[in-house]
Amino acid sequence: MTDAVTQSRAADGAVIVHQHIVEIVSDSGEGAQKAGQSLGAVSAKMGNGVWTVEIIPAEIKPPARSRAGASGIRVRIGDRKITNMGDQADMVVAFNEQVLYGRLNQGAYRPGTVLLIENKWAADPSPEIRAAYAEALAEFKERGLDIYELPLDEECKKHTINPRLGKNMFVLGMLCRIYGRDLQRARDEIAFIFRKKSDKVIALNHTLLQAGFDYCGTALPFRYHITPYDAESAKLVINGNQAAALGMMAAGVELVAMYPITPATSVSHQLGDSFPATGGFLHQAEDEIAAIGFAIGAGFAGRTAATVTSGPGMALKTEFIGLAVMAEIPLIVFNVQRGGPSTGLPTKVEQGDLLGTLFGAMGDTPKIVIAAATISECFHMLIMARRLAEAFRGPVFVLSDTNLATGVTPIPRPQPKAEWLSPPPDQSDWDSSIAAYAWDEATGVSPRPIPGQKGGEYTLTGLAHNSLSKVAYAPEPVQRGLRMRGRKLAALQRTLRPPRIHGDATCCLSAGARPWVPSMKRWTGRARKAAESARSTCASCRPWSPGSRTSSRTSPRWSPSN
Amino acid sequence: MFGLKDDWSLDVPARYFTLEDYDGGVARWCPGCGDHGVLTAVQRICRDQQIPPERMVNVSGIGCSSRFPHYMATYGFHGLHGRALPVAEGVKSRRPDLDVWVATGDGDNCSIGAGHWLHAMRYNMNMVVMMFDNNIYGLTKKQTSPTTQTGFKTNTHPRGALLPPIDPITSMLGMSNASFIAQTVDWNPVHLHDTLLLAWKHKGLGFVRIMQRCPQYTNQVFSDFQDDPNSLLLMQHDDGVPVDPALDRTFKNRIEHDPSNMAQAIELAGRRDVIPIGLFYCDPTRPCYDDQSRQGLGMSVEDKLAGLEREFDRFAI
Repeated sequence: MTDAVTQSRAADGAVIVHQHIVEIVSDSGEGAQKAGQSLGAVSAKMGNGVWTVEIIPAEIKPPARSRAGASGIRVRIGDRKITNMGDQADMVVAFNEQVLYGRLNQGAYRPGTVLLIENKWAADPSPEIRAAYAEALAEFKERGLDIYELPLDEECKKHTINPRLGKNMFVLGMLCRIYGRDLQRARDEIAFIFRKKSDKVIALNHTLLQAGFDYCGTALPFRYHITPYDAESAKLVINGNQAAALGMMAAGVELVAMYPITPATSVSHQLGDSFPATGGFLHQAEDEIAAIGFAIGAGFAGRTAATVTSGPGMALKTEFIGLAVMAEIPLIVFNVQRGGPSTGLPTKVEQGDLLGTLFGAMGDTPKIVIAAATISECFHMLIMARRLAEAFRGPVFVLSDTNLATGVTPIPRPQPKAEWLSPPPDQSDWDSSIAAYAWDEATGVSPRPIPGQKGGEYTLTGLAHNSLSKVAYAPEPVQRGLRMRGRKLAALQRTLRPPRIHGDATCCLSAGARPWVPSMKRWTGRARKAAESARSTCASCRPWSPGSRTSSRTSPRWSPSN
Repeated sequence: MFGLKDDWSLDVPARYFTLEDYDGGVARWCPGCGDHGVLTAVQRICRDQQIPPERMVNVSGIGCSSRFPHYMATYGFHGLHGRALPVAEGVKSRRPDLDVWVATGDGDNCSIGAGHWLHAMRYNMNMVVMMFDNNIYGLTKKQTSPTTQTGFKTNTHPRGALLPPIDPITSMLGMSNASFIAQTVDWNPVHLHDTLLLAWKHKGLGFVRIMQRCPQYTNQVFSDFQDDPNSLLLMQHDDGVPVDPALDRTFKNRIEHDPSNMAQAIELAGRRDVIPIGLFYCDPTRPCYDDQSRQGLGMSVEDKLAGLEREFDRFAI
C-alpha cells in the first residue's frame, strides 16, 4: 500500500510518501509498544496524521519466540488525517523471527515490505534456534520481504548490560532517522515516559536513542519524508474508548454502570481513573443485565446515566432496552461492537451489533442509533446522545468498534462548555394536571416527572400503558402509546442535517450505521447523486427503523449499468 | 398528629399525610391474598413516619406482588421479571434523598433474579426489600417456584415438585455484608408492621421474607400454621422486632434471640416444626454502597470543567 509511486524527493534526498505503515513486533515485555507509541507521539507533534494500534497476544505472558505470541505495535503515519490502521505494513522491525510468522500469516505484510530483524539468533548457542532462524529467513525471502539483518543486541550492548530492556529505544532512534523525525521531540518523549524513573534511566535511554539514530546513518540506505499538515492546533492523542470515557464526563453523565467485556472494558478503566474529576461514579455491576438496570434506575431518578457494552452484553441487555423504549427512560448505551455470532471475535474488528441494535428488541421499539466514524466522534457523539436521550425521552445508542476502540490518533482538543453538563434533577413542584406521559400529538415528546417532584407521582411500567402510566387493557391506549413513541422518531427525523460525505466519492458506500442516517430520503438522494456522478456503485443502504417510510427506497440499488 | 410545643403553641406541620395520600387505587389482588395486608402495613408506616409521597420510590419486578407499586400513590417502577433490585440500586445510587422500597416475590427474587439478590445483600444499600413468599408462581397460574415444598402438586409438576425448596433465610445468613435479615407472616398484621418498620429504620438493606398466603393455589400450605398460634416462634430481643403487647395473649411461643448471634440465627432458620418470626440477624455497622456511589454529588460546574481540562491535559500534545 505504499504511496511512493511518484518517487519525488525532499530537499534532504528522502523519498516523499503520503503515508507509511510501520510495525514493531517482539515477545511481550520487550518494549515494542513503548517505542511505537513514542514514534506516534513524535509524529503527531510534528503535525502528521497518525494512527497507532497495539498488537496484543491472546495470553497475558505467552511463551517467548512463539508464533501466536507476537506483541507489538503498528504505527501508520500520513500527510493527512488517518482514520484506521491500514492494510499491509511498509516496514517492520522484528526482535525475533517467530513472532513475525503470526503477523505474516494474518496478511500484515506484502512482497516488498522492508524487514529489519535482529540477527543474534543466527549465532545462538542452541542449534534448534539457529536452524529455525535460517529456515524462517529463507521463507520470508521467498515471500518477498526485503530483509535487513541487524545486530541490534550487539549494538545496544555497547551502552547497556541488558539490551532486552533498551533495544526498543535504539529502534526508536533508527526509525527517527529513517522517517526524519525530530530527535529533540523524541528525547522529550522519553523524558516524559520515564518521568517517574531516575535521571540515570532517562540518560541511558537517551543514549540508546542517539545510538540507534547514528547507527542507522551508516547501516541503512532508505529515508522517507512524510509532510506534516497541522502542527499548530491543540490536540489530544487518544483512543476511541478513552475519548468515549471523556465524552461521557463532558456530556454530564454522572453514573456509568458496566460489566467487563472486550473490547468495551477500557472505557471503564479510563472512567475508573478519571470519573471523580467530574464527580461521577463508575458502578461495576454483577452482570450485564444488572448494569443496564442500575443505569436505568439512576436515569428514572433523574440522573444522567450510561452503560457500556459489546455484542454478548448487548444481547443480555435486550429486555431492559425494550423497557427503556416502552417506559421512555433516558439512557445512553455505548456499544463497542465486536464480531459474532456468540462469543465470536472479541478482539477483531466487526460491526456485529448493528442490526441487533436497530431491530433487537420485541415489537415496535423505535430508538435512536448513532455510530461514530472517528475517534473524535466517540467523544462528541456522547454529548449529542445525552441531549437526544433527554429531549426525546428514551435510550440512545452510540456504536463504536474495535478499530476506534484500540486505535490511537490525535484529535482536536475539545472545548467543553458548561451547557454540555447536565443540570441537577428538577425537583420543583409538578403540575398534577399534567400526565406522566403528556404526549404532544405532533412530536410524541412528553415532559418527564422525576421522583422527588411533588405532584408528579406515577408508577412507571413496562406493560402497555396510557398517558397516566396506568396499565392499558383496551386497544385504543395501546395504539396511542405505540403511535406516540414512533412519532418521536418522525420528529427527530425532521431535525436532521444531511450526512457528511467523506473522501472523494470514487466509490460511494452508505450504511445504516452512519450518523444522521435517519434522514434517509435526503441521504439516499445525495448518495445516489454522488454515486452516479462518480459512475460507481451505491451499496447496502439500510432503513434505520422498521417503521421508516423510506425503507422501500433504500434497498440496494446496485446494478452494473450505474 | 399535632405537637404541643414548650410555649404551649401547637406544632402544625405544613403538610400532613393520611392513609389516603398513599392510596394508589383499588388493589386487584384476589380476595384473601396476603398482599393486601402488606400494602396496608406499608401505608401505615408511611403515614406514621410522614414519608412525603414524592420522596418514596417503590420498585418491583414481575408477578402478583410486583403489582405493589401501582397501589401506592408514590413514585413507582414496575419493571422486569427478576430485575427489581438493580433498578432500585440505581435509583438509590445517586439519590440518597429518596426512600426506596422493593416488592419482590419468591419466583422473582429466588429464581430469575437470584444473582441480583446475592449482590444486593452485599451492596447493602439503604432500602427495604420485601420478599412476598407464597411458595408458588401465582400470576402465571400455579407453576413450581423455588420455595415450593417437595411433592407439592403444581401445573409444571402435576405429580409433585421434585426438588427441595430454597430456604431464603438460611441462604442469606452468612452472605457477605448482609446486614438485616428478618421473617414475618402476613396473617399477623401487628408483627408484619413492626418488622417492616424495623427494616425501614435500619441503615442498610433490610431484607424481610414475608410468608404469605395465596388463597387460590397455596392456601393449604400455610393453613396449619395460621390456625395454631403456637406454630409461630417469636424471636424476641431488645435489638429485635419489638413484641407488641397485643400479641401477648395469643402468641406464647417465644425465644430469646440476640440478632448479632449468627450461629443461633442459622439454627433457628433451620427449624421446620415452627416458623420463627422476627429478626434473625442484624449488623448495623456494615458498610453501605450508597455511601460510596453518592460521592461527587453536588460538584460545581466550574469544578467539573476544571476537572475535565485536567483529564484532557493527560492526553494533550
